[in-house]
Amino acid sequence: MIQTPKDHATLADDFNIDEKRVGWHDDTLWWIREKRDKIAWQVPDWELLRDAASNIKDHVLSNLNPYLLQFEANAIANGITVHWAANAAEHNQIVLNILRSKEINKLVKSKSMLTEECHLNDFLADNGVDVIDSDLGERIVQLAEEPPSHIVLPCIHKKKEEIGELFHKHLGTPQGNSDPQLLTEAARHHLRETFLSRKATVTGINFAVAETGEFVVCTNEGNADMGAHLADVHIACMGIEKIIPERKDLGVFLRLLARSATGQPITTYSSHFKKPRENQEMHIILVDNGRTKQLGRADFRNSLKCIRCGACMNTCPVYRRSGGHSYHYAITGPIGAILAPNLDMEKYADLPFASTLCGSCTNVCPVKIDIHQQLYKWRQVIVQNGYAPKAKALSMKMMAFTLSSPFAYHAAGKMGRIVLKYAPFTVNNKFNPWYKQRDMPDVPTASFGEWYQKNRNNNEQ
Amino acid sequence: MIIPHRVYNYLSNLGTPKILMNIKMKVGLFIPCYVDQFYPNAAIATLQLLEKMGLDVSYPPNQTCCGQPMANSGFEHLTAGCNKLFVQNFKQFDYIVAPSGSCVLHIKEHIHTSNHEDDKNISNKIYELTEFLTDVLKVTTLSANFPYKVGLHQSCHGQRGLHLAQMSELVAAPYSKPQRLLNMVQNLEMINLKRKDECCGFGGTFCVAEEAVSAKMGKDRVADHENNGAEYITGVDLSCLMHLEGILKRKNSKTKVIHIAEILNAS
Amino acid sequence: MSSRAQILAAVLANQPAILPMPVFEPFSPQGSNNLDLFVATAKGIGSTVHFLGGISEVKQLIHSNFSVGRIISPMAELSDVAETDFADLDAHTLEDVELGVFKAHFGVAENSAIWVTEELLGKRVSPFICQHLMLLINKTDILQNMHQAYDKIGTANYAFGTFIAGPSKTADIEQSLVLGAHGPRSLAIVILG
Repeated sequence: MIQTPKDHATLADDFNIDEKRVGWHDDTLWWIREKRDKIAWQVPDWELLRDAASNIKDHVLSNLNPYLLQFEANAIANGITVHWAANAAEHNQIVLNILRSKEINKLVKSKSMLTEECHLNDFLADNGVDVIDSDLGERIVQLAEEPPSHIVLPCIHKKKEEIGELFHKHLGTPQGNSDPQLLTEAARHHLRETFLSRKATVTGINFAVAETGEFVVCTNEGNADMGAHLADVHIACMGIEKIIPERKDLGVFLRLLARSATGQPITTYSSHFKKPRENQEMHIILVDNGRTKQLGRADFRNSLKCIRCGACMNTCPVYRRSGGHSYHYAITGPIGAILAPNLDMEKYADLPFASTLCGSCTNVCPVKIDIHQQLYKWRQVIVQNGYAPKAKALSMKMMAFTLSSPFAYHAAGKMGRIVLKYAPFTVNNKFNPWYKQRDMPDVPTASFGEWYQKNRNNNEQ
Repeated sequence: MIIPHRVYNYLSNLGTPKILMNIKMKVGLFIPCYVDQFYPNAAIATLQLLEKMGLDVSYPPNQTCCGQPMANSGFEHLTAGCNKLFVQNFKQFDYIVAPSGSCVLHIKEHIHTSNHEDDKNISNKIYELTEFLTDVLKVTTLSANFPYKVGLHQSCHGQRGLHLAQMSELVAAPYSKPQRLLNMVQNLEMINLKRKDECCGFGGTFCVAEEAVSAKMGKDRVADHENNGAEYITGVDLSCLMHLEGILKRKNSKTKVIHIAEILNAS
Repeated sequence: MSSRAQILAAVLANQPAILPMPVFEPFSPQGSNNLDLFVATAKGIGSTVHFLGGISEVKQLIHSNFSVGRIISPMAELSDVAETDFADLDAHTLEDVELGVFKAHFGVAENSAIWVTEELLGKRVSPFICQHLMLLINKTDILQNMHQAYDKIGTANYAFGTFIAGPSKTADIEQSLVLGAHGPRSLAIVILG
């Protein structure tokens, strides 16, 4: 919390300066949550489907080593080149080496949260490679020089007027025009030229099938396909947890993914890449970047089941009112808050605290990750590793002492309800944040304990 | 000694008058620290309501807190004292009842002492008030009267933790234990909410650590109740209600908060 | 140690004791009529649906909707209305295609997704790069859900296959739905038989 220049709470404060806009952000995402509910109710056995997905992923994580080997062997047999990257830096270097070997310095990229996690764009830019993101939302945040604020809806934080302004500046659309239809049309033309002129493409991977060595990429726009089918080189990047055992398991996951993400019955395109085209090079980069470490943390392992649908963000009452950028990590929202501390506990110590532990995330998760329980557990781990702010640690110790001793508790209460000082809502109270927008309850003349002593004396033990 | 549920249910099914069975049911009243200090009326209502049911209710005077404020802040390791004290205070009862879903959930999930049998025993016999009324006592009628428009705030820990009510995220048949009880209250009119189970934003230390988001969440919840004409916002957790009350008072709203025990005990 | 060896060793060391692959019962069907559900779902996501008797009616549909512009189809029976020999062209030369017409393997009722594989497309890029897309399926080839779909696909050895559900779309700008993001602006589904 004190370790980063701006922690979640501070960034959320900034986001909340414009309350009307927070309301707009909240309503927009809640609308998507409602769409998700509506379509989930249309599927008989929705909850059984979640069970199945969760159990398949649990099984995969418990048998990941053989599945990775099986996937690799099949992918190679299919004519795909397979690379392994221990961390973000190695991943980025592999991409650069492939491009350099083909003397390519321009790239079109479809959405991949892994490449966001690895900061691939910055790395490539530093090495003279021009990258254009082809997902409309990602292109918008790229033009705005911002990271995505949501893994499925990268520019959900942006007003159309701001996008109109950006497009006017970069794509020459008429000034003051913010019609989504017109802006999308402009992006279509701009990106079509990009697709037609770029010789290499990077895509993410939604699912990689061990049984067949194929991988599946889901988009609504068709941008991954436009990139991949026109480029001479297709580099597909995946975290090692994206493996599923068999092709038929896709039936379970494709039923859940888009319904959970946006309330659609399925994404427009669910493309199964098994072999490269004739004269095309196809590469897969299998990335660890902390995943094997998370696999070893029993309490946090099942965060690796995530299929990146974003449902936990849409439902999270905190995310909706703090915005994705407040999480200062590539994967935002509740799932990001349990993934990030695994990579850097100190830098992301604030994230597991950016939650009321309401549990809604856990309930919408299509693979049943116990997100809110993990947020609670990360808090314990972070504190025990010494990353809690000192002031908080001291006040907690005082509170624990008071509350574990009836004498101290009652003494505190009698001394003009001094217990108030240690009550949850006044801990950390340098500026007494409770009072900023809320009043305190009226303090009664007697506590219940005192009332009870007077009125139920005979019952006293 | 302890009347297990199945024995109770068996007797109940035979039509045994409650009073005959309840005479032996010893209930320990657990009043969370902030309720004790700020909302004694909710605690009194809880006590009176349980007494009306013919139960032998007592309040161990040495109780303090469930330890949740520390644990949710990452300091579960500091709650050993609270846990030990809790077991000492409540071990001897057949049931432990508290007017708080959040504190009950915390005890249920996180009580850890050196004696695991004790922990299990406590976990199994602790109940939030409304689930105790509907599941153990199987209350079907109440003599309460509350002639107001009421909005029900589904506190998350009670709802998603203790499953006091069905959750809007799940594709599953609806039910609500607090609602079932409120339906027994005469002249009470329930209002419908736009978002029926969204978190209020209290969240323990979250309410100050993340003041901006917490307050915005609270304001949005309050607005939903106000827009739908609630004269009272009720719920099973005073922590949530205290937060909502703070916002209502600041804006001089006519809407008030009231713990569900006070409604169920109102005459 | 190579990264490969290092990652595989770490996975082996950290993966928990094996948990069984779940066995699940067939999931309940949605609705009672696959064709009705398919049509309703397709229309709901912006596709148009046409019940036609045969190829001559398909040609009429093409004629009445696409009087100008380049039309491609790998179907020999459409050679009088479409370019059928584009498979050997450079993919980039398809950029000015107005309409692509393709036979598909089957449709899925629960989401109106239609399964096509490379050998039905002439070129992989063709159903994506055209301005408008027309997919043909037989009435009898409409399955209930994705589980049935993968049962039907089985171990088919395609090089590339894709489910297509509706026109290309985006809602990235303030969640306003716009059809025609990068791929086809429209999808006409022809149900034959």
